[in-house]
Amino acid sequence: MSNQFSHEKIIQLRKKRSAADRRFKTYGLIATVIGMAILFFLLFTIFSKGYSSFQKTVIELDVTFDQETLKITPNATYEEQVEAKFFKVKKNAIANALPDLSKKDIKLMKKMFSINVDKEIKEYFLQNPNILNTTQKLLVTAHSDVDQMLKGNAKRNIEEKKRKLNDRQLEFFDEFVFTGRLKSKFNNFFFTNADSRHPELAGIAGSFVGSLFTLITVFLLAFPIGIGASIYLEEFAPKNKFTELIEVNIANLAAVPSIVFGLLGLGILLNVFGFPRSTPLVGGTVLALMTLPTIIIACRASLKAVPPSIKEGALAMGASKMQAVFHHQVPLALPGTLTGTIIGLAQALGETAPLIMIGMIAFIPNIPTGFTEPSAALPVQIYLWVESAERGFQEKTAAAIMMILIFLFLMNAIAVFLRSRFERKW
Amino acid sequence: MFYWSLIIILLGIYSAYIFGKSRITSHSRQLEIKTASLPTYYAQYIMVWCLLPALIVYFGWIIFEDQIIQNLVLANFDFDLNPALNASLLISEIKNVALSDSFAEGKATEILNAAEHYASIKYVSSISFYLSILIVMILGVMFASRKLQPSFPAQQSIENYVKYFLFFCSSVAVLTTVGIVFSLLFESLRFFSDVSVFEFLFGTKWYPYIPIREGQSGSQGSFGAVPIFAGTFLIMIVAMCVATPIGLFTAIYLAEYASPRVRRIIKPLLEILAGVPTIVYGFFAFVTVAPFVKTFGQSLGIDASPTSALAAGLVMGIMIIPFISSLSDDVINSVPQSLREGSLGIGANKAETIKRVILPAALPGIVGAFLLGVSRAIGETMIVVVAAGTAPNLTANPFENVTTVTVQIVIALIGDQEFDDPRTLSAFALGLVLFVITLILNIFALRIVKKYRERYE
Repeated sequence: MSNQFSHEKIIQLRKKRSAADRRFKTYGLIATVIGMAILFFLLFTIFSKGYSSFQKTVIELDVTFDQETLKITPNATYEEQVEAKFFKVKKNAIANALPDLSKKDIKLMKKMFSINVDKEIKEYFLQNPNILNTTQKLLVTAHSDVDQMLKGNAKRNIEEKKRKLNDRQLEFFDEFVFTGRLKSKFNNFFFTNADSRHPELAGIAGSFVGSLFTLITVFLLAFPIGIGASIYLEEFAPKNKFTELIEVNIANLAAVPSIVFGLLGLGILLNVFGFPRSTPLVGGTVLALMTLPTIIIACRASLKAVPPSIKEGALAMGASKMQAVFHHQVPLALPGTLTGTIIGLAQALGETAPLIMIGMIAFIPNIPTGFTEPSAALPVQIYLWVESAERGFQEKTAAAIMMILIFLFLMNAIAVFLRSRFERKW
Repeated sequence: MFYWSLIIILLGIYSAYIFGKSRITSHSRQLEIKTASLPTYYAQYIMVWCLLPALIVYFGWIIFEDQIIQNLVLANFDFDLNPALNASLLISEIKNVALSDSFAEGKATEILNAAEHYASIKYVSSISFYLSILIVMILGVMFASRKLQPSFPAQQSIENYVKYFLFFCSSVAVLTTVGIVFSLLFESLRFFSDVSVFEFLFGTKWYPYIPIREGQSGSQGSFGAVPIFAGTFLIMIVAMCVATPIGLFTAIYLAEYASPRVRRIIKPLLEILAGVPTIVYGFFAFVTVAPFVKTFGQSLGIDASPTSALAAGLVMGIMIIPFISSLSDDVINSVPQSLREGSLGIGANKAETIKRVILPAALPGIVGAFLLGVSRAIGETMIVVVAAGTAPNLTANPFENVTTVTVQIVIALIGDQEFDDPRTLSAFALGLVLFVITLILNIFALRIVKKYRERYE
């Protein structure tokens, strides 16, 4: 008899096998850890690039509101004050921002301030008209290049040609920093402005409102239609070919690429039905069609979860089938449906490609006020900023992503809350 | 017009409801007969008959108004005066002039006259719009109120209407598919009347520029989509190489090894990864992964493009990880416990059980998950629009820049769209290919997963 199954060999084989077992487990662990690491790295990247966007750089400027320059009298009316020559006041203030500036210097200096400075000076004056003929220290918005330099997002130890600020402007910059006239302030523009060509003035208010209108459209269309379709399929649909077709269709629509829905919106909604281009109405309609399968699947699941005894009880009391469904089953299935709807809306909020197809990608510098007005949407705004070459937009992009992630998180939290609060186990 | 007419319709149906309810109660009191259904059903019946005609007029008007007005205006306009303008440019100019005086300066008198004409028609149109909505609502109520008899079974008819409505709701899914197919087919057919199908599917040169002048040399447009398909395929392969091992091993770990507590923490975190909008991944690819790939390529001595297939594919793979892991997790969990116990009972350890018993049993489901992942990767848009290239490039080198079907669709449709230009229409042909391929993959994958589920349920 050979030693083929000797004690040692078996122990060795077992060692090998358990080593393989441990290895296999480690692979699984590594994969999971990689997944988690990527998630945290992604969030970290976005946060580290975006947080600085919530601060803006302001420059302290001595502004002299003398009446000769403004061309108004001390007892000017409001209309006259609005028409006063604030740009001249600004010009003087910038020319005297540092002592002994040559003409060329002034030109360079001007480029370090935002184009919004006129407006800021004007607003300050209109709020305190009694400052006429005095000199005030105003904090005015700096140009994005200065902003990026102060935040350290732009490198300064590189060739002059590759820098946005040239050597002379850097001297001004250092002088401002040295005298403590460059300050950081909460960036209110990011939350109150719409898109802008100037990074320091660009904000998400316009695209946020556009997204809100779009989501309202999605909700108004997809929620009732989704519930209606689910009720029909669960309660009234006869077992025939057409019902089967509907079921297969819903399953497939859930997996159709979003860009194809965009082509549908362009080819049918815009070109055939003549919907207004670039509006939340079209965007919402397209996204509603996309969201529909999610809502239908959630609603059908919660309709199924309602015990049949409830419906049967209603029927036994003489209710018609319609009454039994609408008075008893649907209210009980509503929390689950609502949860599914919110998750669907969260998907719709992040969807970009279909909105590009129907033209919600236009540059819209003002905040939309209605469903049929051209507007942007948050994810499309992010896309526009990713694509723009200006350095200052990169932190805006990351910050806008932070905002959209916060909204998504909130929506999902609401969905989880609804589920735990209202869902009943039978 | 939009909001006002909605208010009119809402007020109309509300008063119709009140009218119906009071009418039927007074009727039944007069005749001293009990009504066949509750009074609310009669009121609802009237309401439906008030609402439906109003909605039909409303949508009909919205769809056809512009077209009709344009035709009326153009019919009175002497076309030959302005050979440089085509009809759509002309009409938009007339509209602009009619809307604000600032456009009117320096325009030809014909245009000014036409603008005046347009404004007057528009005015008449909006007045008659409100009037006709009111009239059809009243007509509808009058028609329906003939049925306001206590003997009329209002509840049955209302329930029938509701049933029709429910049926309509569930047909929306089918209508959507029909709409997708029609819009894609219709525009694609127009595209294929200019470009042969054979050239599109097998040509290797994608140069979607049509010469501006007749006989312009050297810039004949050509629409061979093979480089685009190849680019899509390359990025998809990279993505699946990342997503499949990580996703599958994560699923195995979560389903077989992880304690319930770890599972409870990790699963929602993976769902976060799945819920991140794809444009965010695009940004991540653009600012982090692409520069990393470039430096990595340089360290290997390869000159990597800043929009390399590798960067886009890596990030797309990350996007698909949670997709594969959650689907595979479900599939592994639905393998019957008895198989596991049988294998462990005859002395196999956990890894052997998984490799030899569970994975073979779960294979169809995992293949289904893989195919759904592939379909996702092919149809994904924003990551590649941001991180992949725009120029078609027939290569198998992942460090080079390639383009995809979705990128070309976006490029063709951003900016000016001319629906008689093959460049714009090519987007629909590409969309058709995309739709057909993803549809086949989905049907196939769903069928496999379904069959698999049935086997163990």
